[in-house]
Amino acid sequence: MMPLVLTITAVVLSLAAGGAIIRIARGPSLLDRVLASDVLLAILGAALCIDMAVNRHLNNLMLLVSISIIGFVGSVTVARFVADRRKQPDES
Amino acid sequence: MNPDQMSVDAVIDAVSAVFMVVGALMSLGAAIGLLRFPDLMSRMHAATKPQVLGLFLLLCAVGLQLRTWWVWPVLVVAWIFQLLTVPVSAHMVGRAGYRTKHLHPELLSADELEAVVQQAAGEHGFTDDK
Repeated sequence: MMPLVLTITAVVLSLAAGGAIIRIARGPSLLDRVLASDVLLAILGAALCIDMAVNRHLNNLMLLVSISIIGFVGSVTVARFVADRRKQPDES
Repeated sequence: MNPDQMSVDAVIDAVSAVFMVVGALMSLGAAIGLLRFPDLMSRMHAATKPQVLGLFLLLCAVGLQLRTWWVWPVLVVAWIFQLLTVPVSAHMVGRAGYRTKHLHPELLSADELEAVVQQAAGEHGFTDDK
């Protein structure tokens, strides 16, 4: 059963990653791209989880946590940056 | 190995397989939502699915497949960490999106921030409607 699950999840996650990458490429604004790259990181984490579950090890757990840290820091930083850049003409 | 334990094993395998497939479908749902929804706010709604529920299902699948008790606290810590960080980053992105007008006001059913923003802009002596 596990090879079948692995195939199904690989196809589904590849389609999902393709959709997120299309949104990164096409997204009209910077925030759309940040959101889509966050989703891409979540899809990567899902792939790591499925690898751990199918092969029964825990090697990827630290990588999973650090990926979520990177997504958090990245999206917060870009969100602050966007807000600051648009506010500056008002304050000067 | 007696047949009873084998059937328990098969049930745990089936449950974790269902969890894995559903968790992967959450990612697909987020990607479809990202492609189909019209503006940033509704895309943020779709993007949360794999980050919280999808990760929950997949970590449950990992815990079920490993079949030991000591991994569950570690997986719970990983999930709670995600639960703590995702709302903060979503709040920041949503706030920046509101401030930079990346939304369709006609799609909102309620805009409770509008009055606050207008009042704060009046107090500080500049208007934020550029």
